[in-house]
Amino acid sequence: MIQQHRPLYRALLISTCSIALFIAACKKPIAPPPPPPPPAPVAAKPTASLSADRTSIQKGESVRLTWTTTDAQNISIAPEVGAVTAQGSTTVTPADSASYTLTATGPGGSADASVRISVTPPPPPPVVEAPKPSMDELFLKEVRDAYFDYDKADIRADAREALGKTADFFRNYPQLRVTIEGHCDERGSTEYNLALGDRRASAVKQYLVSLGIPADRLSTVSYGKEKPFCMQSDEACYQQNRRGHFIQTK
Amino acid sequence: MPVKKTALLFFVLATQFLFHSSPLFAQDWFRTGTGLGNVEKPRIAVADFAARSSDPSAHAGLFTQIVRDDLSFSGIIELVSPSFYPAQVPSQPQELHFLTWTDPPLNANFVAFGNLTESPTEVVISAWLYDVRSSSTEAVVGKIYRGAPTDPQVRKFAHQFADEIINKLSGGLASIASTQIAFISARTGHKELWVMDYDGTNQRPLTSLKSISLTPRWAPDSSRIAFTCFASANSAISAQICMYSLDTGRIVSFARYRGTNSSPTWSPDGSQVMFSSSMQGSPALYVSDASGNRPKRLTYASNGADTSPAWNPKTAQTVAFISDRGGLPQLYLMNADGTDTQKLDLPDMGYVIDPSWSPNGQLLAFSWRRPSGNYDIYVMDVASRRIIELTRDAARNERPCWAPDGRHIVFESTRSGSRQIWTMLADGSQPHELTFTGHNESPNWSTK
Repeated sequence: MIQQHRPLYRALLISTCSIALFIAACKKPIAPPPPPPPPAPVAAKPTASLSADRTSIQKGESVRLTWTTTDAQNISIAPEVGAVTAQGSTTVTPADSASYTLTATGPGGSADASVRISVTPPPPPPVVEAPKPSMDELFLKEVRDAYFDYDKADIRADAREALGKTADFFRNYPQLRVTIEGHCDERGSTEYNLALGDRRASAVKQYLVSLGIPADRLSTVSYGKEKPFCMQSDEACYQQNRRGHFIQTK
Repeated sequence: MPVKKTALLFFVLATQFLFHSSPLFAQDWFRTGTGLGNVEKPRIAVADFAARSSDPSAHAGLFTQIVRDDLSFSGIIELVSPSFYPAQVPSQPQELHFLTWTDPPLNANFVAFGNLTESPTEVVISAWLYDVRSSSTEAVVGKIYRGAPTDPQVRKFAHQFADEIINKLSGGLASIASTQIAFISARTGHKELWVMDYDGTNQRPLTSLKSISLTPRWAPDSSRIAFTCFASANSAISAQICMYSLDTGRIVSFARYRGTNSSPTWSPDGSQVMFSSSMQGSPALYVSDASGNRPKRLTYASNGADTSPAWNPKTAQTVAFISDRGGLPQLYLMNADGTDTQKLDLPDMGYVIDPSWSPNGQLLAFSWRRPSGNYDIYVMDVASRRIIELTRDAARNERPCWAPDGRHIVFESTRSGSRQIWTMLADGSQPHELTFTGHNESPNWSTK
């Protein structure tokens, strides 16, 4: 095998040596080595390496820097740490993002190494940090029910305002489908309230359709007085129970 | 005859009080002329039935008590107080001494007596009713009942014996001792369909739908109960008509429609069901076959809801219903085909709900909340439009429903602190609470 490739081997050797001429390291094959120089008057060039156990922290956290050097006498880390021994470790708590630089200087010159620690702001308070509100939460917050007068299924002025806001929300979420529940206070009969609740739910639906919400996104159900929001026999509670209430159709 | 005249006079007076708000109105309770005062009540003694068994848990006491309760409840009989009875009472006809019972203080017209022979597997009840004022030695009623020696079976036999007596003494009027009352109870946490004996015993649920059940109505043959349920139609939940079969013990099919479908009533022949539905928009009355098919719209009020239809059980011609087409919910009449609608004007404003026909088709019971007060139960003689108030100053009283004897009304009332089911005589007397547990409403008396 070698025999067969001898010409190629030789060509490689020659080309390697010709490149080496430029750096004067390939003189050996050409000339015999000179006599060994006297014991090194020229010192070795220092080496330096620096690492951190984490390069990204939140403000207030600490990070451990670890370094090693060789052939150096003056060794320091900046900023803030200052002079250090040839090798070791320390913890730092940078207030802001910073680059730590290890500089090692010795007779043979100097070397340096850097590591960058990025500091992110601390987490905001949980409320601010909470994930984006879910559709359920948005729905609860933005969708307004319509309230009715005693024994009436007419949309009142305050209900027009509430339903306007509700319609805005529905327009922003065109995939949303809702059920309108018609509710009544406890004063009429079960049967009459089922019918009245049906009229209320239908009135709410009609009004939303008039605001441009497609009818096929809106279904209605009457619960009459069967699912009250409160149980007291007073006008405040009666008013709570006379309403068109929205729920998401899932 | 003089009795009848007096009753009529009283009736007229009562009506005048109503219309003119006489001071007397505020003090007096009204009694109707619904036929109760026209019957001179026979006095009946029910002797303790003899227990022919050494078993102390035998049923003689239970049988005697239920017969007494049934007769007393009937409203047409005066029960002779047992405290006056002789020490020795008959257990069979040979032991009956007529004079013992006809003399004061008993003054009985009739005596019921008999005996129970019990073994571990069977009870045999011999029961008689004798007319102690006649010279005949023939029993008016003589019956032998055989069956399992259990409380429910003995209870049933006692109701049957009381039925026989009431039937004989009332000249063939329907007796209610074996009837049942359907109602809605929320005692399990959900409004379910329940049923009980007419005297409040044997309360048991029929459904376990765990949703909302409302407005039960017995079919004329008492084999089914139509009611309002919440169920899915076109993938959306809404009020629907549901049908419970007592023969199979389960829900049978009834067509579902979009919108709110509620408040069923039966045609007297049981072939059709009328109900309120918003399937085409505003809640209107529809009639369908008994499975809910081929619905036909009957009412077309453009503004308002029609509901609570009550089909006249006698004439089949007329339907009473509630509509708010004029503003407040009020009472209306129409022909069963939807024609000739007329409003039944009352002498005051307020809510009118819950119409219910008497079995003879002449009287309409309903709930009325006048502007000044709470819901109370009234009866209107439809031909004359005269109105009588049956309840007063006793919290909310609603949902009257007539018993098949035409002498009793079952209703719901909050007078005991929570919503419960009560019965009373159709003149408002003898109120009697049937339910005590949880919230109970919407009673409907079986037709037989």
